[in-house]
Amino acid sequence: MTEQIEGSLGVAKAVALCRPGVVCAYPISPQTHIVENLGKFVKSGKLKDCDYLNVESEFAAISVSLGSEAGGARTYTATASQGLLFMTEGVYSASGLGLPIVMTVASRAIGGPINIWNDHSDSLSQRDSGWLQLFCESNQDAVDTHIMAFKIAEQVGLPVMVCMDGFVLTHAFERMDLPTQEQVDSFLPPYEPREFLTPKEPISMGAMVGPEAFTEVRFLQQRKMAKALKIIEDVSKEYNELTGHHSGGLLDCYKCDDAEVKLVVMGSSVGTAKDEVDRLREQGVKAGIISLKSFRPFPYAAMRKAIGDCKKVVCVERAFSFGGRGIICPEVKRAMEGTDCQVWTAVAGLGGRAIVGKTIGGIIKAALEGKFKDEMTWFDIDSSVLNSYTKDGEGVTFPEGPLADSQLMDSVK
Amino acid sequence: MLQIRLHGRGGQGAVTTAEMLSLSAFLEGHFAQAFPSFGSERTGAPVVAYARIDDKEVRTHEPIQEPDVVLVQDRTLLSVVDVFAGISPNGYAIINTAEAPEQVAPELCKKLPKGHVLTFPATEFAIQAMKMNKPGAPMLASLAAATGVLKLESVQKSFQTRYPGKVGDSNAEAAALSYNYLKEKMKEAE
Amino acid sequence: MLEKIKFYQTGSKTVGNRLLNPSMRSNQASVDRPNSLISGHRACQGCGEALGARYAIDAAMRATGGQVMISNATGCLEVFSTPYPESAWRLPWIHTLFGNAAAVGSGLAAAAQVRAKRNGDTVVPRVIAQGGDGGTTDIGMGCLSGMFDRNDDVLYICYDNEAYMNTGVQRSSATPPSARTATTMPVGEKPGADWGRGKDVPLIAMAHGIPYVATATIADLRDLEAKVAKAMTFHGARYINILVPCPLGWGLKSSALTVTAARLAMETGFFPVFEAEYGKITSVRKIQQKQPVENYLKIQKRYAHVVKKGADPNTLARLQALCDTNIKNFGLLGDDEPQLNPTAIVAYERSKSI
Repeated sequence: MTEQIEGSLGVAKAVALCRPGVVCAYPISPQTHIVENLGKFVKSGKLKDCDYLNVESEFAAISVSLGSEAGGARTYTATASQGLLFMTEGVYSASGLGLPIVMTVASRAIGGPINIWNDHSDSLSQRDSGWLQLFCESNQDAVDTHIMAFKIAEQVGLPVMVCMDGFVLTHAFERMDLPTQEQVDSFLPPYEPREFLTPKEPISMGAMVGPEAFTEVRFLQQRKMAKALKIIEDVSKEYNELTGHHSGGLLDCYKCDDAEVKLVVMGSSVGTAKDEVDRLREQGVKAGIISLKSFRPFPYAAMRKAIGDCKKVVCVERAFSFGGRGIICPEVKRAMEGTDCQVWTAVAGLGGRAIVGKTIGGIIKAALEGKFKDEMTWFDIDSSVLNSYTKDGEGVTFPEGPLADSQLMDSVK
Repeated sequence: MLQIRLHGRGGQGAVTTAEMLSLSAFLEGHFAQAFPSFGSERTGAPVVAYARIDDKEVRTHEPIQEPDVVLVQDRTLLSVVDVFAGISPNGYAIINTAEAPEQVAPELCKKLPKGHVLTFPATEFAIQAMKMNKPGAPMLASLAAATGVLKLESVQKSFQTRYPGKVGDSNAEAAALSYNYLKEKMKEAE
Repeated sequence: MLEKIKFYQTGSKTVGNRLLNPSMRSNQASVDRPNSLISGHRACQGCGEALGARYAIDAAMRATGGQVMISNATGCLEVFSTPYPESAWRLPWIHTLFGNAAAVGSGLAAAAQVRAKRNGDTVVPRVIAQGGDGGTTDIGMGCLSGMFDRNDDVLYICYDNEAYMNTGVQRSSATPPSARTATTMPVGEKPGADWGRGKDVPLIAMAHGIPYVATATIADLRDLEAKVAKAMTFHGARYINILVPCPLGWGLKSSALTVTAARLAMETGFFPVFEAEYGKITSVRKIQQKQPVENYLKIQKRYAHVVKKGADPNTLARLQALCDTNIKNFGLLGDDEPQLNPTAIVAYERSKSI
């Protein structure tokens, strides 16, 4: 049914349609509305046979989820930012033990300084945690991806993080088409875990594994990730046939066929980028967007295919690696190894600074005009703020942005 | 695409107004989007919310920098926030005050076409119908009356859908009072 | 009934008691015993924790008809019982992290309820979360308190050996004053663990108003079994703190002294044994034959600096005073009635400016 509702409510309804057995919640902005709504559904009886645990910390939220998933209940939780970091220990446990928890990360910057606004530094900090990480470009995508996430998680035997931009999506009222309960029931059967704790068939989970088998445990975990690539595609196809929604998948291309420059974008900026591409195409600029949906597993082959013969690719990155460079760019470079395709990072949209159409337009133009000198460039950066700090202290001033990595490096010489 | 920016103060329901605006448009079959400016808003602090209406899917998620319509729910914001920043040259501005447009926003009146800057005492209608300073429904009714982008009935229905019962009905009443008042006033002006 | 039988056997190394009638004897080797923690695990010789866990879990299994699932914190018990690919546990068991056993227990209990409801099962498996004192009183305190707060249907058992034994005997908030650990060495003016530090988690548990709280030791296994069985008659959050001496960490003069050490901890008043329901103490295990604290200390190397020749007599006196205060607070002697509101022993130290 089509509804005009807040993204968080849409996601809560989608999760409820999946009939979770346990929902565990600890509040952190901007995830709160999702778990509030689920609490209401459980209390009102709309979501039946579900235990809702309002716990004392994110560490407890992931820990309760570990227990309930190990106990054989389909389990959902949600977090963001500092909360995800507070969970980290348990995040790794979930994947290591193969517990298919589904968790929303309402993506938000990590402090300090404290910042409650959207970027991708929280979810990308868990890049190596062994979870599948699926990014959503719209609230419809988020609704659909959550429903698919349970099926994907349970088929792969790994937990899934559904990453949706905090506030920008969670707090936006948009049109969402929610599938019916019958549709979801036909798509997602009742949860029957392959292994769970029951006195009927006692097993030990989480034994200590020493050097004699740890490598093999990790190899098999990596193998699940490899399986996930096809499962994500298959599940998306099945879901899209069921609902007619064009959601999910490993990645999605927009006006890429003849594009001279392609932007790799994750999350809610994809829509903004599409609009800007339409505007630029009216002016004859041939640009395309690759919406990267699955960051983990990273779809190297699909990315290579999506980029094709295009020689200029810019990854729009809303997080980066301190002392390193972009986080998405190296992955795309790996996908393009052995070709003469140039891949760059445009850092933008940190801590809630909005990525607007002009940001996207500026990045596209910079790529077409050969202005990317270094692998990484900072866009939408306010040099006056930098200079207010560096001018008096160090006698260093920065010109107006964008600022290339080499300008940063030169400034410390 | 029609882009609307709403300015209010924390507690006046600016975010809800934007939500109801999007719901009204949705009820008329349009695609719509509403979202707040994100932050830790406290009661009384300036709040901004945004809404977009289109006949195709609204894909962008950038904040609105060049609004077609600016709704000011609290007159005291005029001296605090640059509420009309980026307003389209053919845009509309509606301000919640009993004073005349030329008095409260003389610069803007020169900039926009005649009759595109409107004032009306939304709070009075809100208090009359609801006994509360929640000028959202009157503001949306004024948008409907001034621009015709929404029907009064949709505005009323949006509140009644979201808040079934007394709250929705009193909002609908406030909307009707405001709409009729403005239509009357516009007729007088002609 | 139990309290009327003089249980004390000087120098006894047995865990049963031949003075009891057969039906009340320890059933260590009974064929009916569930043996939930089976032999062959890798605990040290004389491990108090292994003994405590074996008795506690078997008692719970008997009390529930075998319907027990365990969430185990990281620690000695976890390490010695489940080196992959082996497991000494013959019941559903999970280990994930150090500080989250109580929360994982909550999740297991929730899942058990939901699954039973959906499948129409009348029998709902019960959950025990367990860990050492470090995993309980320090790193696991948040999750433990949260589980108590929600009154989740979990029995939490703390196997308290008064330090981080798994990592090499470092101080925890359950380490008693003056004890030597790797991080509270017996050097300087105030050797051993600081006075005026520590937490009394059984009293903290009682302050949550949960249905059942008890302490026990491995020197009185009947009492321990009875308490676990009683705990399983309640639903909601329950907590049992079992004193399990660690021959290695305590520096017991022999690994055969584990039970003796636990008994002396009770008989000196060093470790009060009691049970409480809904925040109120309901019974106290009386001291059978009061012992001076020195008898307890002198079999442990961790107190060697307290009892050696030339040691500061004040330290020994303070430790004796600690026992005496416990005896008074909890009414551990004779027919004394316990105080209505027993106070954490550390409060006395903190309130004194010694």
